[in-house]
Amino acid sequence: MPANKTYETCDDAVADIFDGSTIMIGGFGSFGGLPINLIVALAKQGAKDLIIISNAGGLGFQLSKRIKPDGYQDIGILFENGQVKKFIGSVPALGGMPPTSPLEKLYNEGKVEVETVPQGTLAERIRAGGSGLGGFYTPTGVGTPVELGKGKRVIHGREYLLELPLTADFALIKAHKADILGNLVYRGTARCFNPVMAMAAKVTIVEVDKLVQPGELDPEAIVTPHLYVNRIVEVPR
Amino acid sequence: MKTRLDEERIALRAAKEFEDGMVINLGYGIPALCANFIPEGRTVFFQSENGILGYGSLGIDQEKDYELINASDQPVTPLPGMCFFDSAASFDMIRGRHIDMVVLGAYQISEKGDLANWGRSGRPATGMGGAMDLAIGAKKLMVMMLHTTKDENPRIVRQCTFPLTARNCVNKILTDLAVIDVTKKGLVLREVAPGWTVDEVQALTEPKFIVAENLKEIEL
Repeated sequence: MPANKTYETCDDAVADIFDGSTIMIGGFGSFGGLPINLIVALAKQGAKDLIIISNAGGLGFQLSKRIKPDGYQDIGILFENGQVKKFIGSVPALGGMPPTSPLEKLYNEGKVEVETVPQGTLAERIRAGGSGLGGFYTPTGVGTPVELGKGKRVIHGREYLLELPLTADFALIKAHKADILGNLVYRGTARCFNPVMAMAAKVTIVEVDKLVQPGELDPEAIVTPHLYVNRIVEVPR
Repeated sequence: MKTRLDEERIALRAAKEFEDGMVINLGYGIPALCANFIPEGRTVFFQSENGILGYGSLGIDQEKDYELINASDQPVTPLPGMCFFDSAASFDMIRGRHIDMVVLGAYQISEKGDLANWGRSGRPATGMGGAMDLAIGAKKLMVMMLHTTKDENPRIVRQCTFPLTARNCVNKILTDLAVIDVTKKGLVLREVAPGWTVDEVQALTEPKFIVAENLKEIEL
C-alpha cells in the first residue's frame, strides 16, 4: 500500500512547517492559482522567519478585500503577520498601485529583505532546482541592475548571466484535481508557477478543488506526476 | 485641432501593426488594451506570460473567472484552439524568440532603444515581472508610452536615468504625439499627432529625430 497523502484539513497539512523554512507558494499574481486556503492555514499556524519564494508579494487584506471575491486571501497576509524574513519574486510590489502593500511597507521600514528576480529567470531557477541542475545561462538581465554580482559569459557572441537554482523546504501549490496518489491536473491560467514549484521542494503540499480515485484522471492529461506531491487537501468549491 | 492621443487611441494605433498570423504578447497595463483593437480581417494569437496562448478580447469584469486571466489580472475571452502551459514553458517561448511581437509600456527609452519600464525612484520594491525576458526575447518590440512626464519632461532621452529593462531592444515607439522607429542611424519620426508640427514634437524629445520623407499624421 502506498502511503496515504491525503489530509483532512489545510491546518493539518501545514502543521510541521518550522521557523526559518523556505517556502515556495504557487500562483501568479494576486488571483488565480494561489493556494489561498493553505496560505490562511500557514498564517494561523504562525511559523516565523520564513523565506517566501513566489511570483508576486501580494496585496494584503486591506487591498485585496476591495477587489476580490469573498474569502480570497493572498500572500500579503503573511507579511501583515510579520512571518516573513525574506521574499524572492518578480513582482514584490506593483508599481501602478500606491505603496500600500504589506510587503512594501515592511521593506521600506527595513523589516523584510527582498530579492527581485525576472519572472522567466525565477521560473527557470525553480525548474533547475527541481531537476537537479546547477544553474543556467540566460540573456535576461544583461546590462541591467540584475547582473550585479553574477557570473557573465559570452556564448556564440552573445552575453549571458549565470543564474543559480532555487529549492525549498515546502511548496504550497494549487491544482484543480488530484487523484489520491497525487497526480495533478490544473485549470486554465491557474497552472502558472504551480507545476515547477511542485518539483523543487522537499515537501509539496497541494490544495485541490476535487479529489478523485486513480484511473479517473486521463493519463494523457496529467501535468504533475504523483511522485512530486507529498500532501493533498481537498477544498471543494 | 491640436490633440494628444488618449490611451485607447494609442492602443488602437499600436494594433494596426499586428500582422495576420502573428503571436503577440501584450505587456502589463495599457498594452493589454490592444486585444480589443485587432484590425478587421486579421487573425493574431495573444500569448500571456501567466501561461495562455490564443485568447480573444478582454472579458467583462463582473463575470470574472480567476482561472482565465491575462498577466495584467484581466479576464479574457476563450477562443477555440486556446491552450495553457506553466510559467517555465511560457518563458521558453518568450526567451526562445518564439513570440513575433511584444508590446510593453515604458518610463523612458533611449535613442539607442534601451528600455526602462520597471523601477522608479522611491519604489525600490517594485519588480520587473516578465518585462526583462519579454524585452530580450521579442522578435519585434513595440513600446506604448506617453511622450512626456506630467511636467512635460521628455521620456525619450539620450541616456536612460531609470534602471534598465534591457539594452538596444526597442524597435518602435508609439506615444500620444508620435510614431517613431528606432534604427541604427537613430530615431526616425514617421507620424505625428493631429495638429502637431515636427518642431513641437522635437522640442519634447531629447535626441534629435531623423524625419521620415513620407512623414504623415497619425491615422486611426
